[in-house]
Amino acid sequence: MQPVIQVENLQKSYGSLKAVDNVSFEVYPGEIFGMVGPNGAGKTTTIEIIEGLRKADFGTVHVLGMDPVEDSDQLAERVGVQLQQSALPPRLRAAEAVELFSSFYQHQADGNKLLDLLGLADKRNTPFAKLSGGQKQRLFIVLALLNQPELVFFDELTTGLDPQARRSMWELVQGIRQQGVTVFLTTHFMEEAERLCDRVLILDHGCLVALDTPAALVSSLGVEKRLVFTLPEDQELPSLEGLPTVSRVERSGPRVVVYGQGARFASSVVLALEDAGVDLLDLRTEQATLEDVFLQLTGREMRE
Amino acid sequence: MHALKHMTLVDFKLYLREPISTFFTLAFPALLVLLFGAIYGNKPTDLFGGYGSMDISMPGYTALILATVGLLSIPINMTSNREMGVLRRLKITPLRPLVFISADLTTNMVVTLLGMLGVVLLGWLIYRVRFEGQVIPLVLGVIYSSLAMFSVGYLIASLAPTARAAQVIGMVLLYPMMFLSGAGMPLEILPASLQRVSAFLPLTYVVRLLRGLWFGKPASELWVPILVLGVIMVVCGFLAARLFRLE
Repeated sequence: MQPVIQVENLQKSYGSLKAVDNVSFEVYPGEIFGMVGPNGAGKTTTIEIIEGLRKADFGTVHVLGMDPVEDSDQLAERVGVQLQQSALPPRLRAAEAVELFSSFYQHQADGNKLLDLLGLADKRNTPFAKLSGGQKQRLFIVLALLNQPELVFFDELTTGLDPQARRSMWELVQGIRQQGVTVFLTTHFMEEAERLCDRVLILDHGCLVALDTPAALVSSLGVEKRLVFTLPEDQELPSLEGLPTVSRVERSGPRVVVYGQGARFASSVVLALEDAGVDLLDLRTEQATLEDVFLQLTGREMRE
Repeated sequence: MHALKHMTLVDFKLYLREPISTFFTLAFPALLVLLFGAIYGNKPTDLFGGYGSMDISMPGYTALILATVGLLSIPINMTSNREMGVLRRLKITPLRPLVFISADLTTNMVVTLLGMLGVVLLGWLIYRVRFEGQVIPLVLGVIYSSLAMFSVGYLIASLAPTARAAQVIGMVLLYPMMFLSGAGMPLEILPASLQRVSAFLPLTYVVRLLRGLWFGKPASELWVPILVLGVIMVVCGFLAARLFRLE
């Protein structure tokens, strides 16, 4: 399959700081590809080089088989971009912005439909400056989709949004992909990358530290699964260590954490507890997440 | 063409929604007519070669408007759009910088002509100012002068790192010229020493050209201001075209 984006040995420095250090990867048609990493990892520099807004010091980038800087005019017709930092004139109204930006493109999507789809139907006549952060973000998505792009870039799409708005943004991105559009996004929320992306590239200090599906990244850790429950005061904990899937059991007061591995781990523990007549007041399983992957690969916490 | 039409229309709407720019281009010059008209009236005097103060102020105020638009509106608008990230958003569209500038230029030209129309109408209604030239050469002269001043503005916009810097540069250029070029007040009332300074100010040549056209001088007698303004237009326009970036 011909990749939509091809990046080879990309390098970019600002003075002595290596913002992007020899990064190579490919993005394939129809996937949601996420680039994650803490703030300052080089995500925005990388995405802006691919968008043609910055020039690389070294390395090659191809987008839809073209050079992002040389062929920027042709690419602008076929690619949609939401920038991390941009604005519209404060007094420009939402519908006017859509009409204006439509006039720049040969292929045009139905701007009014897009405004409806993104829940901005009643904000048509609202000046840009009067829109909330989430509304501005959605308007920029409308603008990014106006040319019916084959590929869209979302840079920190959900930063500054509340959890509910973030979730509806995820649904929206999935909807965009279902139309056959390839999505390239950056985020510093590991949960977002895990829920949304088909493949995830982890970037740290400008270096590519991992690239795979979220599930493969998590299972590559080989981290034990955990089962956590509360033991009722008058009941005894049966011996679970004998189970083949269980490696150890930790207790602190009534709280019990069982560690183990294998596909039947959770079910075998629950079965043993039931056989012993333990009433389970609460029970949850915990799995490694991309946060743990990041911690293991870099030795640091992802959270700011 | 499609993009140019939409961009120009939007620019014009945004101009009308911006109270500060409408004040300085439309209301402020009109206030000058009322204020200086009330002070000096429009009695013909020998100082002004038999014309009244308001008669000779019409081309001066027009010069003031086009200098305000060129040296303040254009650079401040452009740099604040850059600062906010508007230009970055436009850069990633197929919109060409030349189309973007053309729309901006057209809007500012229309605004300038409207400002001039307001001043002249007011002068005619209140003082029956005398106009002895022809409309088409005068309008062409205003457009020519505007292009010269606007090109200075686009050069400032290309060079100034921030909107604040653009504002300071624009004011430093505009304010001395307001008083010493014959735009804000007639040169004739200044002492001879200050009048000599005026020869070094670009706006002086705008005033000379427009005053000449206003009172019906043929273009052949106005070749000095035409040449000076042409040089400013070509040099600044060339540099701005080289330096301006949508980013």
